[in-house]
Amino acid sequence: MTSWPAAFARFLYEFVVGDDWTIAVAVAVALVAVRTLDGTAAGYLLLPAVVVVVLAVSLRRAIGHR
Amino acid sequence: MSALFLFLASFLASAVEGVEALTIVLALGITRGWRSTMIGVATASATLAVVVAALGPALTVIPIRDLRLVVGGLLLVFGLQWLRKAILRAGGFKALHDEAEIYQREAEEARLAGAERRRGVDWYAFTVAFKGVLLEGLEVAFIVLTFGSNQRNIPLAAAGAVTAVLLVAVVGVAVRAPLARVPENTMKFAVGLLLTTFGTFWAVEGAGASWPGRDAALLVLLAFYAAVSLAMVRLLRARRVSLDRLVPE
Repeated sequence: MTSWPAAFARFLYEFVVGDDWTIAVAVAVALVAVRTLDGTAAGYLLLPAVVVVVLAVSLRRAIGHR
Repeated sequence: MSALFLFLASFLASAVEGVEALTIVLALGITRGWRSTMIGVATASATLAVVVAALGPALTVIPIRDLRLVVGGLLLVFGLQWLRKAILRAGGFKALHDEAEIYQREAEEARLAGAERRRGVDWYAFTVAFKGVLLEGLEVAFIVLTFGSNQRNIPLAAAGAVTAVLLVAVVGVAVRAPLARVPENTMKFAVGLLLTTFGTFWAVEGAGASWPGRDAALLVLLAFYAAVSLAMVRLLRARRVSLDRLVPE
């Protein structure tokens, strides 16, 4: 039997992060990098590039074993 | 333009979740009776209204840049979940959402469940209806709060959600059957694209970078993500076909 805070934390994790935690980590790291590149053109180009790569990697992993 | 996107994203996401909640409510109402089911629906709706009413004003006092970074990042992660599942479904690697099938399963489970009454309420119908509406509704509440607070217009986001829920409810009452003909999988794909687009846009602004063309960049981002996602669907479909050829009939 789990306590309700643990159950709530688990629910929140599954609600926001979902099936693939690497997506959340990649987005967080990319946002730190965008903040570091404050004001430069690379700032707004970086995140869409990361999104495409992380989505492709996640999909490849999802179908990889088939 | 942003206001239109705000309303559209909130409306589409709410319509999708509304259709899913309606399937559960119909299965329970028809097999277990409407009174306890509707008490569950009303209690969950009131809980969701309290969540939005409590968190909405709190979010609007956070400085816009910090809000966009945190909420934009969360929205992006959340949106990528939707988009990933939608691409897997469209590519043939995940079963399509089938409301008719879900309705049959829910109705069968409701018929087989025992009859426990507390204070005149069918406890099974109440709890399943409450949980179903609350869980589907939390996704809507999340989208309304994140979109609304970032645009500083929670009422417009909430209006999009309420319009969609009312529309689904009216059609559901009229047809008394799960809305299996609603292009739910296509709508989920569109919502995933919108969440990912807005999440990216706001997170980058919150992180301190600025978009060339300001709001017009939203359209470019949306077109870019749509093109990439459709290309991924094509690749997955080709992979699905080649895998199916390997499996003997």
